[in-house]
Amino acid sequence: MTGRTRAAALGFTGLTGLACLLIVAMTAVVLGNIALHGTERLSWEFLSESPRQMTHGGIFPAIFGTFALVLLMTVAGVPVGVAAAIYLQEYARQDSKAVLAVRLALENLAGVPAIVFGLFGLGFFIQFTGRGIDRLFFSGELTFGQPCILWAALTLAVLTLPTVVVATEEALRAVPRAYREAAYAAGATRWQVVRYVVLPQSIGGILTGTILAVSRGAGEVAPILFTGAAYFLPQLPDRLNDQFMELGYHIYVMTTQSPDVEATRPVLYATVFVLLALTFALNFVAVLIRARVRARLRAA
Amino acid sequence: MPSPPSDHPLIRRNPRLAEKAIEAAIRLSAFFVIAALALIFIFIAREAVPLLTSAEVHEEVTVSRMVAPLPNGKFSWQPVSTVPKYSLLPLLAGTLKVTLVALLIALPLAVGAAIFTSEFAPPGLREVIKPVIELLAGIPSVVIGFFALMVVATWVQEAFGLVYRLNAITAGIGLSLAVIPIVYTVAEDALSAVPQSFRDGSLALGANRWQTAWRVVLPAAMPGVMAAGVLGFGRAIGETMIVLMASGNAAISSLDPRESFRSISATIAAELGEVVHGSAHYHVLFFLGALLFVITFLLNLAGHAWAARLRTRLEGGGRR
Amino acid sequence: MTVRIEARSFGVRYRAAPALKDISLEVRSNEIFAIIGPAGGGKTTFLRSLNRINDLVPERSIEGALLFDGIDLYRVPVDIPELRRRLGMVFAVPVPLPGSIYDNIALGPRLRGGGRRADLDAVVERTLRAATLWDEVKDRLSLSALRLSGGQQQRLCLARTLALDPDVLLLDEPCSGLDPISTAKIEEALTELKARVTVVLVTNNVMQASRISDRTAFFLQGELVEVSETRRLFTNPSDRRTLEYISGRFG
Repeated sequence: MTGRTRAAALGFTGLTGLACLLIVAMTAVVLGNIALHGTERLSWEFLSESPRQMTHGGIFPAIFGTFALVLLMTVAGVPVGVAAAIYLQEYARQDSKAVLAVRLALENLAGVPAIVFGLFGLGFFIQFTGRGIDRLFFSGELTFGQPCILWAALTLAVLTLPTVVVATEEALRAVPRAYREAAYAAGATRWQVVRYVVLPQSIGGILTGTILAVSRGAGEVAPILFTGAAYFLPQLPDRLNDQFMELGYHIYVMTTQSPDVEATRPVLYATVFVLLALTFALNFVAVLIRARVRARLRAA
Repeated sequence: MPSPPSDHPLIRRNPRLAEKAIEAAIRLSAFFVIAALALIFIFIAREAVPLLTSAEVHEEVTVSRMVAPLPNGKFSWQPVSTVPKYSLLPLLAGTLKVTLVALLIALPLAVGAAIFTSEFAPPGLREVIKPVIELLAGIPSVVIGFFALMVVATWVQEAFGLVYRLNAITAGIGLSLAVIPIVYTVAEDALSAVPQSFRDGSLALGANRWQTAWRVVLPAAMPGVMAAGVLGFGRAIGETMIVLMASGNAAISSLDPRESFRSISATIAAELGEVVHGSAHYHVLFFLGALLFVITFLLNLAGHAWAARLRTRLEGGGRR
Repeated sequence: MTVRIEARSFGVRYRAAPALKDISLEVRSNEIFAIIGPAGGGKTTFLRSLNRINDLVPERSIEGALLFDGIDLYRVPVDIPELRRRLGMVFAVPVPLPGSIYDNIALGPRLRGGGRRADLDAVVERTLRAATLWDEVKDRLSLSALRLSGGQQQRLCLARTLALDPDVLLLDEPCSGLDPISTAKIEEALTELKARVTVVLVTNNVMQASRISDRTAFFLQGELVEVSETRRLFTNPSDRRTLEYISGRFG
């Protein structure tokens, strides 16, 4: 090797290594900064009390709203998404053009910006469905035709649906064909094959993909900007057509609309910390499940 | 042929009801999902189309007036003034500007890091880098937006001595954090899909590892790396919260990254909450949304097609 | 001896390409019926048509008729899970399902709701004995089936099929990947099972067919060349191609 090629080799390897290092450093800076400043204001009161103005009190209603939102969205979206994936992978004819088209649409919808789903939520859920319900059942009185937790949750459910279906299909596809045949040969019906062989084999992958999808949806603010989130509410939502506070939205409003940034900063950092902790907790569960599944596959 | 006895145990008689019910539920779910897909297309289009067809909307705005200069020769976006102005140019310029800054940062970093992990890094290091990227991917965009606005903005302003605290450099840096994970993941997949035999062959011919990576592996994985870039572009162009929080939201027709700007996505986010349902402004915002939808959908289509082509090419090449 | 399986000018096409043409033959109860022939001759297609597991292949069409116990399998609304239980199948590559040895065997009974522990215990022991595997695994029934050797896995698959309590065993080259000792054990099991079930054995091992089968059919390129008593087919075949195949000239 001549001196020049050696230098080039070192330079190239060094540059790509540097790129890696930079990404790691950027991530560390973001997380470190938030962890450092976010824990200053953190206290039990902060987590359990309602906010008083921008700079005082806690964020309990936002935590509650976030949990309620994620729960509703998961209940509305995940079972349907998983079942649809089972249909596409186990029931539908794999050579059908319609199935291919649905797959293509799902795969690409997963990359459509969250704000577009927000528009959809406003146009379909609030203006069309909500107003329709109001005209039919509430003689036009504004009840469901306005932003509320139900529509926000359904909007997020639709947003996560493509990811849930794609991830579930991937997990189902990883189950060897031979297993299905063996079960069929033992006299299993189609559902029994799914229930006794395919699902037990793919449940880890399905859970991982689903939790990651839910966690992604839980962190999105754009779709709930005009479908139900509110900045400050004295009461917790107790009906489906109530508005609600949400951590991400709270952060957005406090960051951009505070008259005195320096005074809000500690509260803001602590709120960001809580949101990050909740998101990462979900991701961590997903990673744990995935690690267990991989270990099991390796052992087999 | 003698017909078999109809009470033979092999002849199906009673349908399995539980099985049928479950199957019906599964079919219904699939139908729901397909219906949801269709509704997304239909409802975005339904609210966007009046901009093209409604005479009432045309009194205030048409697509041609959105692209042409205003009577005063300028391009402005002022939808809530007494004479509403809807020039697309400032929004397009803003979107383009921040996307370019983000990609200029994200592409070299993410592709470089992908090359490093797949070609040079020892396996132990690889196990560190991948979870870090996943961690980065897991940060909600509102948190990145917050960080860009609170921290990056100060640094950038001091480092470059800028007039505006919120500008395309700040927002672009924030945006790059959201783009890096997707570019890295797709590019790394593509590079790892290159068969080991390609590398062995190149090394056997006397090439060193960086020559192998640069001249053999990278060209072989090129469609996948391009796909990574295209998917990253799609992610950047539609990202809303980061840009909404860190752009300054000034609709200025300028490509200078040191100035504030306003993107298409942030415009929708900022204005839709206040807008009157069914007004011209409302339909314009849906039209912008439809535009974003179509652009990102097509970019994803292209990206996924490239990634798929890479797979078939490498698999075909590997077998022969 | 009664006829259990009957093919009448039976044929199968995948898309337009014929995989099996104009097959007419009978399988009688309690015999070992071997199907020999080179790869791609339609042996497996015939076997997989019998328990209709070929239904999973799209764009497949059927000609003629295939009867089991007098029932035309492709013209009568057959209870397919029940059909597959009665015609139990063992695949060429052993397919133990993830889970314990015990769970593998219990699969069939559990699918039919027969989950009583004592009954299952009895089934597990009976079928493992019949598959000559009992002595090797009786102390570790909760061991993962995936940890058995290849030969043990294939005998486990045989036991799992026997737990269905089938009338007919469909075996698709069950010894193709196995060592001579495992092969001998499976052959021993089959010879004993003959008293209770009918066996259709697809094999590309001519010697195996001659060792254990009662009658043999020779399939070549989707057609039935010859079917007769095994001894006669191997000593005095009526078709030149059969002679060439069994004497190792091709295939």
